[in-house]
Amino acid sequence: MIYLELFWNFFRVSCFAFGGAYSAIPLIRDVVLSHGWLTDETLTYMIAVSESTPGPIMVNLATYVGSSQAGFLGAVLATLAVILPSFIIILLAMVVLKTVIDNPYVQAVLEGLKPCIIGIILATGVYMCVSNCLTLTADSSIDLRAAGILVLLLLLTAGVKVFAKKQLSPIMLILISACLGIIIYH
Amino acid sequence: MHQSTGKRKAMKENHILCRLFMTFMKIGLFTFGGGYAMISIIENICVEKNKWITHDEMMNVTVIAESTPGPIAINCATFVGYRQAGLIGATAATLGVTIPSFLIIFAISLFLNNFLEISVIAHAFHGIKIAVSVLIVKAAVKMMKHMKKQFLPLAILTCSFTVMMLINMFSWDFSSISLMLIAAVISLFFFTLETKLLRKEGEQK
Repeated sequence: MIYLELFWNFFRVSCFAFGGAYSAIPLIRDVVLSHGWLTDETLTYMIAVSESTPGPIMVNLATYVGSSQAGFLGAVLATLAVILPSFIIILLAMVVLKTVIDNPYVQAVLEGLKPCIIGIILATGVYMCVSNCLTLTADSSIDLRAAGILVLLLLLTAGVKVFAKKQLSPIMLILISACLGIIIYH
Repeated sequence: MHQSTGKRKAMKENHILCRLFMTFMKIGLFTFGGGYAMISIIENICVEKNKWITHDEMMNVTVIAESTPGPIAINCATFVGYRQAGLIGATAATLGVTIPSFLIIFAISLFLNNFLEISVIAHAFHGIKIAVSVLIVKAAVKMMKHMKKQFLPLAILTCSFTVMMLINMFSWDFSSISLMLIAAVISLFFFTLETKLLRKEGEQK
Protein backbone atom coordinates (compact mmCIF):
# COMPACT_ATOMS: atom_id res chain seq x y z
CA MET A 1 0.00 0.00 0.00
CA ILE A 2 2.08 2.84 -1.35
CA TYR A 3 -0.13 5.64 0.06
CA LEU A 4 0.13 4.36 3.58
CA GLU A 5 3.84 3.76 3.22
CA LEU A 6 4.45 7.29 1.91
CA PHE A 7 2.41 8.79 4.71
CA TRP A 8 3.97 6.75 7.48
CA ASN A 9 7.56 7.26 6.33
CA PHE A 10 7.30 11.00 5.85
CA PHE A 11 5.44 11.33 9.13
CA ARG A 12 8.30 9.52 10.85
CA VAL A 13 10.92 11.68 9.16
CA SER A 14 9.11 14.84 10.16
CA CYS A 15 8.86 13.69 13.78
CA PHE A 16 12.64 13.41 13.94
CA ALA A 17 13.70 16.42 11.89
CA PHE A 18 14.91 18.75 14.63
CA GLY A 19 16.37 22.10 13.69
CA GLY A 20 15.27 22.71 10.14
CA ALA A 21 15.59 21.33 6.68
CA TYR A 22 19.18 20.15 6.61
CA SER A 23 18.65 17.79 9.49
CA ALA A 24 15.80 16.25 7.52
CA ILE A 25 17.87 15.62 4.40
CA PRO A 26 19.83 12.63 5.78
CA LEU A 27 16.60 11.12 7.12
CA ILE A 28 14.74 11.60 3.85
CA ARG A 29 17.74 10.22 1.96
CA ASP A 30 17.61 7.14 4.15
CA VAL A 31 13.92 6.58 3.49
CA VAL A 32 13.83 7.20 -0.26
CA LEU A 33 16.97 5.19 -1.00
CA SER A 34 15.94 2.20 1.09
CA HIS A 35 12.51 2.10 -0.56
CA GLY A 36 13.98 2.72 -3.99
CA TRP A 37 11.70 5.72 -4.43
CA LEU A 38 14.46 7.93 -5.85
CA THR A 39 18.03 7.39 -6.95
CA ASP A 40 20.84 9.26 -5.23
CA GLU A 41 21.13 11.39 -8.41
CA THR A 42 17.49 12.50 -8.53
CA LEU A 43 17.44 13.17 -4.81
CA THR A 44 20.39 15.55 -5.13
CA TYR A 45 18.71 17.28 -8.08
CA MET A 46 15.56 17.65 -6.06
CA ILE A 47 17.41 19.12 -3.07
CA ALA A 48 18.82 21.73 -5.46
CA VAL A 49 15.39 22.34 -6.98
CA SER A 50 13.89 22.66 -3.48
CA GLU A 51 16.60 25.16 -2.56
CA SER A 52 15.87 27.25 -5.63
CA THR A 53 12.09 27.18 -5.36
CA PRO A 54 10.18 28.81 -2.52
CA GLY A 55 8.90 27.00 0.53
CA PRO A 56 10.30 24.66 3.17
CA ILE A 57 12.70 22.11 1.70
CA MET A 58 11.08 19.21 3.53
CA VAL A 59 7.66 20.02 2.12
CA ASN A 60 9.12 20.32 -1.37
CA LEU A 61 10.90 16.97 -1.14
CA ALA A 62 7.82 15.24 0.24
CA THR A 63 5.64 16.65 -2.53
CA TYR A 64 8.08 15.51 -5.19
CA VAL A 65 8.58 11.99 -3.83
CA GLY A 66 4.85 11.57 -3.30
CA SER A 67 4.02 12.77 -6.77
CA SER A 68 6.68 10.66 -8.48
CA GLN A 69 5.56 7.52 -6.63
CA ALA A 70 1.81 7.83 -6.52
CA GLY A 71 0.61 10.86 -8.44
CA PHE A 72 -1.40 13.73 -7.04
CA LEU A 73 -2.88 11.84 -4.10
CA GLY A 74 0.57 10.60 -3.15
CA ALA A 75 1.88 14.17 -3.22
CA VAL A 76 -0.95 15.38 -1.01
CA LEU A 77 -0.48 12.57 1.52
CA ALA A 78 3.31 12.90 1.75
CA THR A 79 3.01 16.67 2.17
CA LEU A 80 0.37 16.35 4.87
CA ALA A 81 2.53 13.78 6.65
CA VAL A 82 5.40 16.27 6.81
CA ILE A 83 3.20 19.10 8.06
CA LEU A 84 1.17 17.20 10.62
CA PRO A 85 3.76 16.60 13.39
CA SER A 86 4.81 20.25 13.67
CA PHE A 87 1.19 21.38 13.40
CA ILE A 88 0.15 19.15 16.29
CA ILE A 89 3.23 19.95 18.35
CA ILE A 90 2.68 23.71 18.13
CA LEU A 91 -0.96 23.32 19.08
CA LEU A 92 0.15 21.30 22.10
CA ALA A 93 2.81 23.90 22.79
CA MET A 94 0.19 26.57 23.23
CA VAL A 95 -1.29 24.43 25.98
CA VAL A 96 1.43 22.48 27.77
CA LEU A 97 4.76 22.42 25.99
CA LYS A 98 6.20 25.50 27.69
CA THR A 99 6.47 23.56 30.94
CA VAL A 100 7.48 20.36 29.16
CA ILE A 101 10.33 22.04 27.28
CA ASP A 102 11.70 23.44 30.54
CA ASN A 103 11.68 19.97 32.10
CA PRO A 104 15.33 18.93 32.73
CA TYR A 105 14.79 15.40 31.39
CA VAL A 106 13.28 16.68 28.15
CA GLN A 107 16.23 19.07 27.93
CA ALA A 108 18.62 16.14 28.42
CA VAL A 109 17.02 14.28 25.51
CA LEU A 110 17.27 17.37 23.31
CA GLU A 111 20.92 17.90 24.32
CA GLY A 112 21.64 14.37 23.13
CA LEU A 113 19.73 14.72 19.87
CA LYS A 114 21.41 17.95 18.79
CA PRO A 115 25.04 16.76 18.49
CA CYS A 116 23.84 13.48 16.99
CA ILE A 117 21.97 15.20 14.21
CA ILE A 118 24.93 17.50 13.53
CA GLY A 119 27.13 14.43 13.13
CA ILE A 120 24.61 12.87 10.76
CA ILE A 121 24.35 16.03 8.64
CA LEU A 122 28.12 16.43 8.51
CA ALA A 123 28.63 12.81 7.48
CA THR A 124 25.98 13.09 4.78
CA GLY A 125 27.49 16.30 3.38
CA VAL A 126 31.05 15.00 3.42
CA TYR A 127 30.01 11.71 1.85
CA MET A 128 28.13 13.53 -0.91
CA CYS A 129 31.13 15.79 -1.60
CA VAL A 130 33.42 12.77 -1.90
CA SER A 131 31.07 10.57 -3.91
CA ASN A 132 30.52 13.38 -6.42
CA CYS A 133 34.24 13.43 -7.24
CA LEU A 134 35.11 9.76 -6.82
CA THR A 135 33.51 6.84 -8.56
CA LEU A 136 33.67 4.17 -5.91
CA THR A 137 33.20 1.16 -8.16
CA ALA A 138 35.60 -1.60 -9.18
CA ASP A 139 37.72 0.79 -11.25
CA SER A 140 37.68 3.73 -8.87
CA SER A 141 38.40 6.90 -10.77
CA ILE A 142 38.47 10.57 -9.92
CA ASP A 143 36.12 12.90 -11.75
CA LEU A 144 38.55 15.78 -12.16
CA ARG A 145 35.94 18.18 -13.45
CA ALA A 146 33.71 17.61 -10.45
CA ALA A 147 36.69 17.96 -8.11
CA GLY A 148 37.55 21.24 -9.87
CA ILE A 149 34.06 22.60 -9.33
CA LEU A 150 34.16 21.52 -5.68
CA VAL A 151 37.46 23.33 -5.09
CA LEU A 152 36.23 26.46 -6.91
CA LEU A 153 33.01 26.55 -4.86
CA LEU A 154 34.86 26.09 -1.57
CA LEU A 155 37.34 28.84 -2.48
CA LEU A 156 34.48 31.11 -3.48
CA THR A 157 32.56 30.55 -0.23
CA ALA A 158 35.68 31.14 1.84
CA GLY A 159 36.64 34.15 -0.29
CA VAL A 160 33.28 35.87 0.05
CA LYS A 161 33.36 35.26 3.79
CA VAL A 162 36.87 36.65 4.27
CA PHE A 163 36.81 39.58 1.85
CA ALA A 164 33.18 40.70 1.73
CA LYS A 165 32.42 39.54 5.31
CA LYS A 166 29.14 38.12 4.04
CA GLN A 167 27.56 34.72 3.66
CA LEU A 168 27.09 33.66 0.07
CA SER A 169 23.37 32.94 -0.21
CA PRO A 170 22.42 29.36 -1.13
CA ILE A 171 20.65 30.55 -4.26
CA MET A 172 23.76 32.42 -5.44
CA LEU A 173 25.90 29.35 -4.79
CA ILE A 174 23.52 27.16 -6.78
CA LEU A 175 23.41 29.64 -9.67
CA ILE A 176 27.20 29.89 -9.77
CA SER A 177 27.59 26.12 -9.61
CA ALA A 178 25.12 25.72 -12.49
CA CYS A 179 27.17 28.11 -14.63
CA LEU A 180 30.39 26.30 -13.68
CA GLY A 181 28.76 22.99 -14.60
CA ILE A 182 27.73 24.27 -18.04
CA ILE A 183 31.19 25.73 -18.72
CA ILE A 184 33.30 22.85 -17.40
CA TYR A 185 31.27 19.90 -18.68
CA HIS A 186 30.64 21.47 -22.06
CA MET B 1 -30.20 43.19 16.46
CA HIS B 2 -28.57 40.26 18.19
CA GLN B 3 -28.59 38.31 14.96
CA SER B 4 -26.82 41.03 13.02
CA THR B 5 -23.93 41.26 15.51
CA GLY B 6 -23.62 37.49 15.23
CA LYS B 7 -23.48 37.81 11.48
CA ARG B 8 -20.94 40.59 11.68
CA LYS B 9 -18.82 38.47 13.98
CA ALA B 10 -18.96 35.58 11.53
CA MET B 11 -18.02 37.89 8.68
CA LYS B 12 -15.12 39.26 10.69
CA GLU B 13 -13.96 35.72 11.33
CA ASN B 14 -14.12 34.86 7.66
CA HIS B 15 -12.22 38.02 6.94
CA ILE B 16 -9.37 37.16 9.32
CA LEU B 17 -9.20 33.59 7.98
CA CYS B 18 -8.96 34.94 4.47
CA ARG B 19 -6.22 37.35 5.48
CA LEU B 20 -4.27 34.67 7.35
CA PHE B 21 -4.49 32.36 4.37
CA MET B 22 -3.48 35.01 1.82
CA THR B 23 -0.66 36.42 3.96
CA PHE B 24 0.90 33.04 4.62
CA MET B 25 0.50 32.10 0.98
CA LYS B 26 2.56 35.17 0.15
CA ILE B 27 5.15 34.15 2.74
CA GLY B 28 5.24 30.64 1.28
CA LEU B 29 5.62 31.99 -2.22
CA PHE B 30 8.49 34.36 -1.56
CA THR B 31 10.75 32.58 0.90
CA PHE B 32 13.60 30.81 -0.75
CA GLY B 33 16.20 28.81 1.08
CA GLY B 34 14.39 27.30 4.01
CA GLY B 35 13.59 28.08 7.61
CA TYR B 36 16.08 30.67 8.75
CA ALA B 37 15.30 32.95 5.83
CA MET B 38 11.62 32.56 6.61
CA ILE B 39 11.89 33.67 10.24
CA SER B 40 12.95 37.20 9.32
CA ILE B 41 10.17 37.54 6.75
CA ILE B 42 7.51 36.23 9.12
CA GLU B 43 8.78 38.61 11.80
CA ASN B 44 8.49 41.52 9.37
CA ILE B 45 4.97 40.68 8.25
CA CYS B 46 3.35 39.29 11.40
CA VAL B 47 5.05 41.38 14.08
CA GLU B 48 5.86 44.70 12.45
CA LYS B 49 3.18 45.10 9.79
CA ASN B 50 0.10 43.26 11.05
CA LYS B 51 0.92 43.18 14.78
CA TRP B 52 -0.61 39.70 14.97
CA ILE B 53 1.92 38.61 17.58
CA THR B 54 4.51 40.45 19.68
CA HIS B 55 8.25 40.29 19.23
CA ASP B 56 8.62 38.25 22.42
CA GLU B 57 6.06 35.73 21.20
CA MET B 58 7.99 35.48 17.95
CA MET B 59 11.16 34.67 19.92
CA ASN B 60 9.24 31.97 21.80
CA VAL B 61 8.02 30.39 18.57
CA THR B 62 11.54 30.38 17.21
CA VAL B 63 12.86 28.59 20.28
CA ILE B 64 10.00 26.09 20.25
CA ALA B 65 10.44 25.60 16.51
CA GLU B 66 14.15 24.92 16.96
CA SER B 67 13.67 22.37 19.71
CA THR B 68 10.74 20.57 18.13
CA PRO B 69 10.76 18.64 14.88
CA GLY B 70 9.36 19.83 11.58
CA PRO B 71 9.84 22.78 9.23
CA ILE B 72 10.13 26.10 11.08
CA ALA B 73 7.79 27.86 8.65
CA ILE B 74 5.00 25.43 9.50
CA ASN B 75 5.58 25.93 13.21
CA CYS B 76 5.36 29.73 12.86
CA ALA B 77 2.26 29.60 10.65
CA THR B 78 0.44 27.29 13.06
CA PHE B 79 1.32 29.51 16.01
CA VAL B 80 0.24 32.80 14.44
CA GLY B 81 -2.91 31.27 12.97
CA TYR B 82 -3.93 29.78 16.30
CA ARG B 83 -3.37 33.07 18.12
CA GLN B 84 -5.56 34.92 15.65
CA ALA B 85 -8.42 32.51 15.05
CA GLY B 86 -8.01 29.25 16.96
CA LEU B 87 -7.85 25.86 15.31
CA ILE B 88 -9.38 26.99 12.00
CA GLY B 89 -6.94 29.89 11.90
CA ALA B 90 -4.02 27.54 12.48
CA THR B 91 -5.23 25.30 9.67
CA ALA B 92 -5.76 28.24 7.29
CA ALA B 93 -2.29 29.69 7.92
CA THR B 94 -0.54 26.32 7.68
CA LEU B 95 -2.28 25.38 4.44
CA GLY B 96 -1.54 28.85 3.09
CA VAL B 97 2.18 28.57 3.70
CA THR B 98 2.30 25.09 2.13
CA ILE B 99 0.19 25.45 -0.99
CA PRO B 100 2.52 27.59 -3.17
CA SER B 101 5.49 25.25 -2.89
CA PHE B 102 3.21 22.24 -3.22
CA LEU B 103 1.86 23.47 -6.54
CA ILE B 104 5.28 24.49 -7.87
CA ILE B 105 6.96 21.21 -6.99
CA PHE B 106 4.02 19.20 -8.24
CA ALA B 107 4.29 20.95 -11.61
CA ILE B 108 8.05 20.35 -11.70
CA SER B 109 7.61 16.66 -10.84
CA LEU B 110 5.46 16.20 -13.94
CA PHE B 111 8.25 17.09 -16.33
CA LEU B 112 11.54 16.89 -14.43
CA ASN B 113 12.70 13.85 -16.37
CA ASN B 114 12.19 15.46 -19.78
CA PHE B 115 13.81 18.56 -18.38
CA LEU B 116 16.98 16.70 -17.40
CA GLU B 117 17.42 15.28 -20.89
CA ILE B 118 18.32 18.71 -22.28
CA SER B 119 22.13 18.65 -22.25
CA VAL B 120 22.75 22.22 -21.02
CA ILE B 121 20.48 21.55 -18.06
CA ALA B 122 22.10 18.20 -17.37
CA HIS B 123 25.51 19.94 -17.28
CA ALA B 124 24.17 22.66 -15.01
CA PHE B 125 22.85 20.01 -12.64
CA HIS B 126 26.27 18.34 -12.52
CA GLY B 127 27.50 21.59 -11.01
CA ILE B 128 24.46 22.07 -8.79
CA LYS B 129 24.93 18.61 -7.31
CA ILE B 130 28.27 19.71 -5.93
CA ALA B 131 26.84 22.99 -4.60
CA VAL B 132 24.19 21.04 -2.69
CA SER B 133 26.78 18.92 -0.91
CA VAL B 134 28.76 22.06 -0.03
CA LEU B 135 25.58 23.63 1.37
CA ILE B 136 24.94 20.60 3.58
CA VAL B 137 28.48 20.68 4.95
CA LYS B 138 28.13 24.42 5.56
CA ALA B 139 24.88 23.92 7.48
CA ALA B 140 26.57 21.31 9.68
CA VAL B 141 29.58 23.54 10.34
CA LYS B 142 27.34 26.44 11.27
CA MET B 143 25.47 24.24 13.77
CA MET B 144 28.77 23.02 15.22
CA LYS B 145 29.80 26.59 15.97
CA HIS B 146 26.69 27.12 18.10
CA MET B 147 27.12 23.81 19.91
CA LYS B 148 28.14 23.36 23.55
CA LYS B 149 31.80 22.36 23.55
CA GLN B 150 31.60 19.75 26.29
CA PHE B 151 32.74 16.16 26.45
CA LEU B 152 29.41 14.36 26.03
CA PRO B 153 28.05 16.34 23.05
CA LEU B 154 31.40 16.19 21.30
CA ALA B 155 31.60 12.45 21.87
CA ILE B 156 28.06 11.92 20.52
CA LEU B 157 28.92 14.10 17.53
CA THR B 158 32.07 12.12 16.72
CA CYS B 159 30.33 8.76 17.12
CA SER B 160 27.29 9.66 15.04
CA PHE B 161 29.55 11.14 12.33
CA THR B 162 31.67 7.98 12.18
CA VAL B 163 28.72 5.58 12.21
CA MET B 164 26.88 7.61 9.57
CA MET B 165 29.98 7.64 7.33
CA LEU B 166 30.22 3.85 7.64
CA ILE B 167 26.50 3.49 6.92
CA ASN B 168 26.92 5.56 3.75
CA MET B 169 30.08 3.84 2.58
CA PHE B 170 28.99 0.27 3.08
CA SER B 171 25.24 0.87 2.58
CA TRP B 172 24.46 -0.61 5.97
CA ASP B 173 20.85 -1.23 6.76
CA PHE B 174 20.67 0.98 9.84
CA SER B 175 18.42 4.00 9.88
CA SER B 176 19.59 7.39 11.11
CA ILE B 177 16.44 7.61 13.23
CA SER B 178 17.65 4.65 15.32
CA LEU B 179 20.96 6.47 15.67
CA MET B 180 19.14 9.50 17.07
CA LEU B 181 17.13 7.37 19.48
CA ILE B 182 20.36 5.85 20.81
CA ALA B 183 21.86 9.31 21.28
CA ALA B 184 18.77 10.47 23.17
CA VAL B 185 18.93 7.44 25.48
CA ILE B 186 22.65 7.92 26.16
CA SER B 187 22.20 11.59 26.95
CA LEU B 188 19.25 10.86 29.23
CA PHE B 189 21.24 8.13 31.00
CA PHE B 190 24.21 10.39 31.73
CA PHE B 191 21.92 13.19 32.87
CA THR B 192 20.13 10.89 35.33
CA LEU B 193 23.45 9.54 36.58
CA GLU B 194 24.80 13.05 37.06
CA THR B 195 21.79 14.29 39.00
CA LYS B 196 21.87 11.15 41.20
CA LEU B 197 25.57 11.65 41.96
CA LEU B 198 25.03 15.32 42.73
CA ARG B 199 22.20 14.45 45.08
CA LYS B 200 24.37 11.86 46.89
CA GLU B 201 27.17 14.37 47.27
CA GLY B 202 24.71 16.85 48.65
CA GLU B 203 23.44 14.28 51.16
CA GLN B 204 26.97 13.38 52.30
CA LYS B 205 27.77 16.99 52.95
